[in-house]
This record gives sequence, structure tokens and C-alpha cells, in this order.
Amino acid sequence: MDWEAVIGLEVHVQLNTNTKIFCGCRNEFGAEPNTNVCPVCLGFPGVLPVFNQKVLEYAIKVGLALNCRIAGYTKFDRKNYFYPDLPKAYQISQYDMPIATEGWIEIDTENGPKKIGIKRVHMEEDAGKLIHGEGASYVDYNRAGVPLLEIVSQPDISSPEEAYEYLTTLKQIVQYLGVSDCDMEKGSLRCDANVSVRRRGEGKLGTKTEIKNLNSFKGVKSALEYEIRRQISALESGETIQQETRLWDANKGITQSMRSKEEAHDYRYFPEPDLLPIKVDSSTIESLRSELPEMPKARRRRLVEEYKITEYDAKVLCLEKEFADYFEETARLVKNPKKCANLMISILAEQLNQRGISVKDLAVSPEQLSELVNLWDEGKINNLVVKQVLEEMIETGKPAGAIVEEKGLAQVSDEGMLEGLARETIEKNPKVVQDYRSGKKNAVMFLVGQVMKATRGKANPQKVRQLLERLLEEGVG
Amino acid sequence: MMTISEIQDRLRSGGDWKEIRDSFLRRIDQLQEELKAFIPNGIFSDAEPEADSGSLYGVPIAIKDNICEEGKLTTCCSRILEGFRPPYDATVIKRLKSAGAVLIGKTNMDEFAFGSSCETSCYYPSRNPWDKERVPGGSSGGSAVAVASGMVPVALGSDTGGSIRQPASLCGVVGLKPTYGRVSRYGLIAFASSLDQIGVFSRNVEDSARVLQVIAGYDEMDSTSAEVEVDNYLQYLSKDLKGVKVGVPKEYFEEGIDPEVRHFVNNVRVVLQDLGARCEEISLPHTKYCVATYYIVATAEASSNLARFDGVQYGLRIKGRNLLDMYLRTREAGFGPEAKRRIILGTHVLSSGYYDAYYLRAQKVRALIKRDFDQAFTEYDVIMTPTSPTPAFRIGEKINDPLAMYLSDVFTISANLAGLPAISLPCGLHSEKLPIGVQFIGKAFDEKTLFRVAYAYEQATPWHTKFPRFE
Repeated sequence: MDWEAVIGLEVHVQLNTNTKIFCGCRNEFGAEPNTNVCPVCLGFPGVLPVFNQKVLEYAIKVGLALNCRIAGYTKFDRKNYFYPDLPKAYQISQYDMPIATEGWIEIDTENGPKKIGIKRVHMEEDAGKLIHGEGASYVDYNRAGVPLLEIVSQPDISSPEEAYEYLTTLKQIVQYLGVSDCDMEKGSLRCDANVSVRRRGEGKLGTKTEIKNLNSFKGVKSALEYEIRRQISALESGETIQQETRLWDANKGITQSMRSKEEAHDYRYFPEPDLLPIKVDSSTIESLRSELPEMPKARRRRLVEEYKITEYDAKVLCLEKEFADYFEETARLVKNPKKCANLMISILAEQLNQRGISVKDLAVSPEQLSELVNLWDEGKINNLVVKQVLEEMIETGKPAGAIVEEKGLAQVSDEGMLEGLARETIEKNPKVVQDYRSGKKNAVMFLVGQVMKATRGKANPQKVRQLLERLLEEGVG
Repeated sequence: MMTISEIQDRLRSGGDWKEIRDSFLRRIDQLQEELKAFIPNGIFSDAEPEADSGSLYGVPIAIKDNICEEGKLTTCCSRILEGFRPPYDATVIKRLKSAGAVLIGKTNMDEFAFGSSCETSCYYPSRNPWDKERVPGGSSGGSAVAVASGMVPVALGSDTGGSIRQPASLCGVVGLKPTYGRVSRYGLIAFASSLDQIGVFSRNVEDSARVLQVIAGYDEMDSTSAEVEVDNYLQYLSKDLKGVKVGVPKEYFEEGIDPEVRHFVNNVRVVLQDLGARCEEISLPHTKYCVATYYIVATAEASSNLARFDGVQYGLRIKGRNLLDMYLRTREAGFGPEAKRRIILGTHVLSSGYYDAYYLRAQKVRALIKRDFDQAFTEYDVIMTPTSPTPAFRIGEKINDPLAMYLSDVFTISANLAGLPAISLPCGLHSEKLPIGVQFIGKAFDEKTLFRVAYAYEQATPWHTKFPRFE
């Protein structure tokens, strides 16, 4: 039987405003527990929330970037439930009048681009964090009152791969707006998934489960793969699916029931009487719209046009805004932007990964990198040396030219000298030569290696190979 | 029995604020035991002005126990806030401090302001100074008692459904509930956020105006406080009411009202007319829905506002086997019966499946009630009603009959639902030697007209000079 999955994602994004959503406390990650707190975010008796207008601005920008309708009139509501990390025992959130609704984003799939609907975007406050110790639990309220956006998709996602792509695209858009770093490890992006399955062609939706505790994009994909398999095999063996919340256990690779529909909370939403409703006039919306940066999709198209690079290169370069910014700053200074794209995607990206840093932490400026790209493009250094020089640049901050000179890394293109080395190598390796002559043409690569070694990697390997092949054909050795 | 201007006169003629404070402290010392105006450990005999001058310099003032004062016990007269000392000052406290007031103590109240008799306080009921077997009214009963018995010249209370005006009426003093948004609620421990308003108890209208002048005005810490200019109230205290139109809603004189109360309040019309005002009967047709609407809106908000008292961060905590058990035990032990009743009511009216029938409908009726007033105020400057249907009732008389108790606020609730300013002042003495109060309700942010009408009436009648006597 042919089954299809129906998936909707709820994503929480922490906004990187300077201060919290309802008080003046600093909004920062990783501070000592309970240092960024005040009576307001601690929910002390008698205190009142005051809305941080920056949050509204950010929410509208996200709404616009997700092609949403922005509400002209919006309000906050209280979501009531008891938990020690929730100081007031209610969360100030938005219920029936969210700031943005009815949007969409486009994702890449095997079958081409696909639109995924955005049901709503709403503003709310984050809760604190429980820390479980021996025999006692502690609460860190630094996170309480950090502004959040909840972004709810329509159930338009049909596979774990699409879910992964949706998250990647969404993250990219939010990062481009500069309103969140969207780091799942730091919890600045969190995701819950709703999933059900049905027979292909069936109009009615199946019973859904909600999956929580998804800690990475890959985890979302794995959890969905597992849950879809579980639901299908349950249905195929004649069982029914219970509407429930399930927790993803990344170690075991399974989802487990957390609470049933009957145990679900009744949040008793009602309008927050401590805050006035918000009117958003169209001039505000339009001025925010005009401030929107170029979005990733558009930028990809432009990079292909402007720098004559491949679609693939453009997509990789645009994954993160800073990376694409860095590329453009560098590409403007070089003769061959394609070479620049190559260098950044392969060599630079690898260096960043190894060091666990991002391009904005890099000590090498676009000007400095452009010098390296040009040296490479002009054939003054070869592929192998590029990497070595870049490493040196990252570590010492010295310019590329100086490193090449200092270490004598300039490509050796003295034909006479190279030919001498080639002849010498052929003579020293009669066995390899014999292999080559008996048809193992690949044996020449060993000889290339020897010559490269003798030049300490500075020769042009292409040239060396041609030279060796010519000599061997000519009967040398 | 000094008023603010008498205190100021005395200071101007070389008197010392300490002597003034100590004279009031002596009065407190003499009467606290029998009247229980203040909470236990809530009298600060070393209180002093925190500013060198100001319009309330040297004026002792008592504060209801639900208004936060930094480092001072603030418990809402509930076990659940046992020992709680806020780390910050309410905005009104800040303003009083910078006006040089002497914050002399915290007054008794119904637990979390849930009540009309001061009997639900976790400490003790306060006693009506006119008759110690009777309630002072509530919830701000302690503040009313403190002013009526001369323990302080003025006091702050809070009013969600009549909690300033009703005890003022029952104790024979002036009680002012300002317009919603006129005084910052920052630091007032919330009962029902859309109804709560801090206000003033005083022995006369002038002192009420003097205190409001200090505490009124926009506060960026309270988003619901209004950016409306504060008038210079003392300017409007005149003895002449020429051209003032007073509406007298017939719905406030119908059933359940004590005949003597009706008589005295009707007499107020005569006095006002003598002063040049025109009084006419009007109708506020949605009046009969006020109590029902109020008990839905107020309990709904209260159930949410009181959820934070869970034993996690402050106040009482009773250990349990697990988290849920800790919550249950703490809240079981921490809240009294009336608080529990209101939390359950409020939780019910907000719960899924009932929200539309109760809370949503109540909000719609609330809009209609407000519209009644809006319409009346297109023709009238103030509306006059009795403050309470009866004078002070006996301690214990209504405590086991919540409905009867709730009806004691039947005339005061509407001003909260509509967000309007209202003032109660004495207008008669019942044959049982108990004070009776009249209420004036004004247009939003038009406290100046309330003061004007109340002052003219007060000055034309002897009631503000009558106070209970003590042996």
C-alpha cells in the first residue's frame, strides 16, 4: 500500500533584541544563572509588563519575509499553566489575533520548487530553564522573558526531507533578516512537529501526533522518518493512532508517548489585561518592508547573473548571509569570481568548519582573501599551496603575497628545471616506468608525486604530468 | 484629628514632623488593639520623610497591604505571601516618598482584596470604629478604619469593585477611586487587572485631592496608565455648583436598599440643588447585569493573577512528594476559603467550552454598561447614587453567604466596569449611629468635577465633622 505523510512544523525563534520582551533585562545567552533578571521577568507580585517595540518590528519583518498578511490590530493573551520555569504561571503570548498570518515560503525539492504555507506568526515570551541536580531542581530565569516568535506552518510538508528543507530555508530567511542567530544548539531555534499519515489519494487527514524534544535539523528528519514508519506499521497491522504528544529520544532513535489528548492542558487563554492592544498602521509596515534585506532566493539568482557562477555555488554561498556578504566583498576585488567561489566553498569553508568559527570571526579580510584568489587565478601558486597559504593567513594574519614569498611557495614553472627533475625521477624508478609501459597508465601519478615532492609542492601538477608523459612517450628511461 | 493643611500649618509655624508622626503613633497605639486597622508587624514607628520637602512633607500615611513598599512586609493579608518583602517600591510609593510623606504602616484588608468586610484577612477582621461589633467594609477596611479613627490623616487603598468607596461609606470618611489609568498600578498586587485602581481615603475632599495630585499621572512602568494631563485639583474646589447637571439613576434606588440610606441620599439632591446644580432622574438600563458581569471578569483575571503564588519563588511553600503535590499543599494551606472560591470560579469561566458563554459574554455586557454611562455623560456632569445599600453590617452576618456579601458592592461595581472615577463621602447618620455614604461617579479623567461637586456638598453639610468617639 502507498502511504503519504502530512507534516506541519511549529518553530520557535528567539529574537536577538538587546533587552527582553517585557522588561529592561539584557537578552543574552550563556550568562551566569539568574543574573539577567528583575522583578518583572521574575513575575514578582505587583509588577507589570511593558512591551519592547523592537519585538514588534522584528515580528513584522519576519512576517513580511514569509509573505504573510500583517495584522492591523493585534493583542496579547495569557496562556495559563503551572510550571516552575514559568514565573507568573502564565505565558504572555498571542492567541486569536497573531501579528502575521497566511504566508508561504518556497523550498527546493526533488521535483522542483514547492510552496509551504505559513499559518501564523505570533509573539510571546520565553520561559526559564530547569536545571536538575542531585535530589533537587533549580531554575535559571535568565531566559524568562526572552522574546520569541512562534512560526506555524500549514500541514503542506510531505516528507522528512521536505521538513529538513523547510527548516533550512526558514532559518536562512530569519538569519538574513538579522533578527535571530537561529542556533538550535543554543536553543535560539526550536521545533515541534505534527505528523500523520494517510493512504495516497485519501482526502481525509489521519490522526496526528505531536513530536517534541527535537534538538537538531537532522533530529527532526530522523524523528519524522521513525514516526512515519511507526504510524504506517501500526495502521497496517490494524491498530489506530492515538492523538498524543511524543518525545523524540535521539539516543535510541525512537519516539515515546509523553501525554495523551485527555491529559492535554486547558490553557484558558484570555486577553492580557496588563497590555494595551497594538495598532499597526500601514505606513509602519511599508517602511519596514523597505528595510528588508535581499532574501536568499533573490540573492542566489543575482549571484549567478552577476558573477557568472553556477547555481550550485550560489546556493552554497547563500546558505548564510555573512558568507554571501563575504563572497561579494571579495568577488568585487578579483579578476575571476568563479575562482573566488571555488576557494570559499571548498577550501575556506573547510577551514572554518575545522576551527568551528564563522566567517565573521575570520581575521582575514576580503581584501586579503582577494589577493590569494588572484595569485591562484594567475597561476602563481597551485591548488595545494592555496590551502597552505590560507591556513597561514588565518593563523598569522599576514598577507598572501608575503607568505608565498617568505616560504618560497611560488609555483615552479621553470621548464628546464622541471624537465631535469622529471628525467631524474624516471631514471630512479625503472620499475614504475616498466609498469607504465606495460599499460598501467596510472603509474605516472606516482612519478608526478615524486616530482611534486622534490619541488616541495610548488610545481604545477598538470604541467608535471604532461611533461612526464611526453618524456615517457619519447622513450626516456 | 489633623488634616493635611493643618499639618502643613503646624510645620510652617515651627512644628516638627517627628512630633506630628508621634502624635499619630500614639493614637495608633491607643486604638490598634481594639480596631485592628494595621496588620501584625505593620506599624513602622521609625518611619520618616525620604524627601526634604514636598506637598505631603511630614504627612503620615497608611498603605493597604497589597501595595508594594521596598523591604516592608506586603502580604495581601494572605498566608501564601507570608513574610514577603518586595524588593521594589510601587510607583505610588515612590511618588509619596518624593513628596515627603511618612509611610507609617500597612493596613488590614480582605485576603487579596476578595471581600467587602475585612473578614477574609488571614490575620483578623478589622472593626468599625462606630460600632466594634460591625465590619468596617472592605476590602480596604484597615485603611478606612485608620482614617476614621484618626490614626492617620490619609491612607491608600485599592478599589476593584468598591473596595475603597464601600468601606469609606461604612466608616464615614471620603473614599476616592480614580479613573482606570489615572494612577499607576505598578506595584499593586493584582486582583483583577482591568478593574483595579489605587485610590485615597481621607477625612475631607480637599485631602483626597491633595493626595491624588501626588500619585496621579502617566507611568511608563504601567502600560495601562494614561498619558492624560493631571489637572490642578485644588483649583476646582468651590462652594458653588451653578450649571452642574447631576444624573440620578433610578436603578440605584430600587430593591434591597435600606430606607434610611435612600432617605439621606435623596436629601443630597436637595442640597445640590440649593448649591445651584440641576438633578434629574436618569436610567442606566444595564445596571442589573453589573454584579454578574463583575464576578465573571474579576474572578477570571484573579484566577490567572493568583497563579504565580505557587511556592516556587517566594512566600509560603509546603513541601510535597513531588512538584504537583508541592503546588497543591502550598495553595491549599496558603489561600483562604474566599480566595479559593474565586480562583475556582475564575478558572471555570475561562475553561475551554465555557469561555464564550461566560467571559466573552461578560466582556460584551461590560461594553454595554460602559455605553450606558457614555450616553448619560453626554448630558450630565456627574451621576449620584448611594455608595452601599446598607450601613455597616455585623461581623459574621454575611461571611457565610457570599451572594449577600457580593451584593454589598452592587452600587460601586459599575464604575470599575466602566473605568470611571467615583468618590464616596458621608451624607448622613443612620438611626443606629452608623454613617451613610453618597457616591458621585464622573466622566473618565474628570476627577476635578467630582472633587468640585463633592467639596461643595461637603462644605454645605455637617457630616465631615462627625467622627466616632472613643473612651
